[in-house]
Amino acid sequence: MLNQLIKQAAADVAAPSRRGFLKGAGGALVLGAMLPRTGFATEAAASKIVGPADPRPQAFIRIAADDTVTVLVKHLDKGQGIMTGLTTIVAEELDADWAQMRGAFAPADGALYANHFFGIQGTGGSTAVANSWDELRMAGAAARAMLVATAAARWSVPASSVTVERGLVRHAASNRSARFGALAEDAAKLPVPQTVALKDPKAYTLIGNPSLHRLDHVSKTDGTAIFAMDIRRPGQVTAVLARSPRFGGTVKAVDAAAAKRVPGVLEVLTVPMGVAVVARNTWAAMKGREALTVEWDDAGAEMRGTEEMLADYRKLAERPGNVAADTGDAAKALAGAAKVVEAEFVFPYLAHAPMEPLNATVELNPEGGCTIWAGSQFQGVEQKVAAAMLGCKPEQVVINTVWAGGSFGRRATPDADYIAEAVAIAKAYGGKAPVHLVWTREDDIRGGRYRPLFLHRVKAGLDAGGRLVAWQQRIVGQSFMGGTPFEAFMVKNGVDATSVEGASDMAYAVPNLHVDLHSPPSPVTTLWWRSVGHTHTAYAKEVMIDELAAAAGKDPVAFRLEMLKDHPRLQGVLKLAAEKAGWGQALPKGKGRGVAVHESFSSFVAHVAEVSVDEQGRVTIDRVVCAVDCGQVVNPNVVEAQISGGTGWAIGHALRDEITLTGGLVDQSNFDGYQPLRNSEMPPVEVHVIPSAERPTGVGEPGVPTAAPAVANAVFAASGKRLHHLPFTRSGMV
Amino acid sequence: MIRLNINGQDRDVDVPGDMPLLWVLRDELNLTGTKFGCGIAQCGACTVHMDGTPVRACQTPAETAAGTRITTIEGVSGKAAEAVQAAWRTLDVVQCGYCQSGQIMSAVALLTDNRNPTDDDIDAAMDGNVCRCATYPRIRAAIKDAAKAMGA
Repeated sequence: MLNQLIKQAAADVAAPSRRGFLKGAGGALVLGAMLPRTGFATEAAASKIVGPADPRPQAFIRIAADDTVTVLVKHLDKGQGIMTGLTTIVAEELDADWAQMRGAFAPADGALYANHFFGIQGTGGSTAVANSWDELRMAGAAARAMLVATAAARWSVPASSVTVERGLVRHAASNRSARFGALAEDAAKLPVPQTVALKDPKAYTLIGNPSLHRLDHVSKTDGTAIFAMDIRRPGQVTAVLARSPRFGGTVKAVDAAAAKRVPGVLEVLTVPMGVAVVARNTWAAMKGREALTVEWDDAGAEMRGTEEMLADYRKLAERPGNVAADTGDAAKALAGAAKVVEAEFVFPYLAHAPMEPLNATVELNPEGGCTIWAGSQFQGVEQKVAAAMLGCKPEQVVINTVWAGGSFGRRATPDADYIAEAVAIAKAYGGKAPVHLVWTREDDIRGGRYRPLFLHRVKAGLDAGGRLVAWQQRIVGQSFMGGTPFEAFMVKNGVDATSVEGASDMAYAVPNLHVDLHSPPSPVTTLWWRSVGHTHTAYAKEVMIDELAAAAGKDPVAFRLEMLKDHPRLQGVLKLAAEKAGWGQALPKGKGRGVAVHESFSSFVAHVAEVSVDEQGRVTIDRVVCAVDCGQVVNPNVVEAQISGGTGWAIGHALRDEITLTGGLVDQSNFDGYQPLRNSEMPPVEVHVIPSAERPTGVGEPGVPTAAPAVANAVFAASGKRLHHLPFTRSGMV
Repeated sequence: MIRLNINGQDRDVDVPGDMPLLWVLRDELNLTGTKFGCGIAQCGACTVHMDGTPVRACQTPAETAAGTRITTIEGVSGKAAEAVQAAWRTLDVVQCGYCQSGQIMSAVALLTDNRNPTDDDIDAAMDGNVCRCATYPRIRAAIKDAAKAMGA
C-alpha cells in the first residue's frame, strides 16, 4: 500500500536535515520527522493505564514500583504480534528482563502516537516495527540512562561504572545493586537525555531471540483476553444495523412495528447508514432486525452483477488507460519481438472476514464527546470522524484500543465506517446507555470494502535469445483511494498507486515497459486487503514471467535471476528458497514445482510450492518453502508465524474464494459460501529467514503476494494447465 | 426461567428457550471467552463441551442445553486441558487469538477421547474450527505435543 511512503520516510530518517512534510487534501496526512519521545513515569500499577495521554516524555514506557515495565504500544495488535515486537525493542535497549515486560495499547493521541509514515495514529502497510524502530530504541536507551544516573547518584559512583543486566542495575566494585522499580521514582525526576547511545546489534540478547514468548500467549488461551466484542459496560445495549442490500442504496421507508414487538427490542432508529435495532442483548437485536421491513431506494445503487462488471472492464481494456509506467517503446519492441506471450488475468472481489466480526462500543460523555472501545486501527481518522458527527473536538473522543480478532486491512478505513455507524447509533439513542454495535458474519461478507475486482491484460515479448524485451500491461479495477483524505497522496495523474504497485515498479530488467490503468467507479465499496495491490500485481507478473521462461525454454529460477542483477535482496531470497526446496531435483509424474519472488512493503519474499495434480484436476499442495528478507529480525517466532500465516491466507483465497454479485446483490453470506481455508488444507510451510543487519521492515503482508503464483506455476509444471482466472476453481481446478 | 449447569455451577437465566447458548453465555452470564464468529456452526469459535462432547454454542438453543453439563474455556480443566493449554503456550500458537478458545475446546475433546491422534484424527476433529490467521501448523504441532505430554 504505502511502499513509496515508507521509502520516503526512511530517506527522511536517514537525512534528518531534510525532513519533508507532505499534506493531504484534508490536511489529514503529514509525513514528518521521527521525533524521539523518550522517558517514563512511575505508576503504582501498570494495569491501570487507561485514558488520555500523559505528558510527552512519558509516552512509551512505564516502570512501576513492583518492577514491571509496561510499554505503551501505539499500533493495533490484530494478531501480527506487534505488542510483543515493540515491547522487545524497548526491553533490549533498557537491558530489562523479559519476564518483567508488559504491553498495553496506547491511548488515542495523535501528538504522541502518530505513525510517522502516515502523520496520524494508525496501523497498516506492515509499518509498525519499521516506524517504531528508532523511536522505541531511543526511548529504551534514554530510560536506561536515567536509571543508571539515578543509581550512580545514590551510590556516589560514576555513571560509567554502573551496569545494567536483565533488569538489575549494578555497581560491581561496591557490590551494590537495585531493581528498576526501586530507582524509577527518582529517575523519572531527571531530565530526559538529549542524546543516547544505541546498542551494537551484535550485543542484542532479546531482539532476534527465538525463545521469547508472545505477551498474549496466556490470555488468548484461557479466554481472558478482551476483544472489542467482549466489552461489557454497565447498562450497555446492543445494536445491529440493517444496511442496504445493494451498494449505494438508501432507506426509503421503514415499518418497525413487528421489530418493536420482539421481546428485548428497545428502539428502532433510522441513521444515515441504515436502520438500527437497539435491544437488551445481541440475540434480541438480531431477531428484531429479522422482523424489520425496510424499503430501499436503489436510485444510486450498483445494479450490475460481477459478470456484467467484468464485461464492462473488458470493453474498457480495449482503450489506453492512465499511464503508470512508460520506459522505452513497448509497442515497437513487441512488434519486433521474436516471441510474444499474452494473457488475461481476472481477480475477484474478496472479503477480509476477520474472525471477530466488526463491532464497537460507544458511550457519550456527559461533558461532550464520547468514549469508544474498539479494535481501533486508525485512531487518528476515527477521532476526527466521531468529533465531526458529535460536534466536539477530536481530543474529546477517547478511544480505548483493545485486542482485535484479525483485520487484514478491514478495520482501517479512510472514513471510519463501522465506528461512524456506532457513533451515529449512540447519538440517535440519545446517550441513554452505552451502545455496542455488532456486525454479524452476514453483515461482514455482504458489507463490501472488498479487495477490488481486477482485470489485467499483459503482453510481453522475447528476443531471439529468449531475453525479455517488452512488457505491456493494462489494469482495470476500482480505486479505493479516490474521494478519501489519502487521494492527494496516492492518486497521481489518474493513477492510484495502490492499484499498480508491484507492476509499474517491476523489478525485472525490461528495456521497454508500459503499464496503464483504468479505475472505473462503482458504488461497491473497496479497500486494501492484506498486501493490497500486490495481491493481484504479483500474481499476474509472476505467472506471466513463468510463461515467458517456458516460451524461452529457460529454467524459471535462472530466467528470473538473469533479470534481477540489480536486486541482490530479491536474488537472495530466490536462491535461498530454491535451494531449500531442492529446486531442479526430479519429481514424479503428476507433481510439479513452481516459484515466485516479489518485493512488497520493503520486504523481499520468495515462495517455492510443490503440488500434485490428479487426473480430475484436483490439486494437493504438498509442500511450500519460503524465504524472507525483512532486515533485522525482532522476533523470529513472530516472523515465522506471519509468513506462514500469510501463505495460508493467500492460498486459501486463491483456491476457491470470491465475492460475486448478481443484479447488485452479493451471492455469498457466510462461511458456507465464502469458505475459509481449513486445517486439513493447510500445506506444510517452511520459512527461512535471511540474516540481515538492514533496518527492519514488515512481515504482516509480504508473505501473501508470492504464495498463490508459486502454487499456480507448480500446477503448470505438474499438469500444463495455466491458472489465469482466480479463484483456481474458475480455471478448472477443484 | 431456564436452569443451566455451566462450569459446575447451576445458573438460572431468564431467556427465550430458542436463544442460542452462545448468547446466554456471552450476554447473560458474561462468559465472553466463548466467541461469536459466524452464527451458523461453520467456524467453531463458539465451541463448548456439552457433557464432554464439543458442540457449537451458536446452534445450541438454551432449552437444549438445560439438564446437561456445559463447560466453557473459562472452566475447562483436567489433564487434557492442561496439556493442550501448555502446548499452545510453548509453541506460541496464537495470532489474533479470537478463534483459539474454540480451537482449544475442540483439541481438549479430541485428546480426552484419543490419547494418540493421527493426522487424520486431527483433521476430523479440527476442520470445523476456522482460523483466518492460518495458525494451523502450530495447532497441529501443539496437539501432537500435548498428546506426548499426556502419555509421559
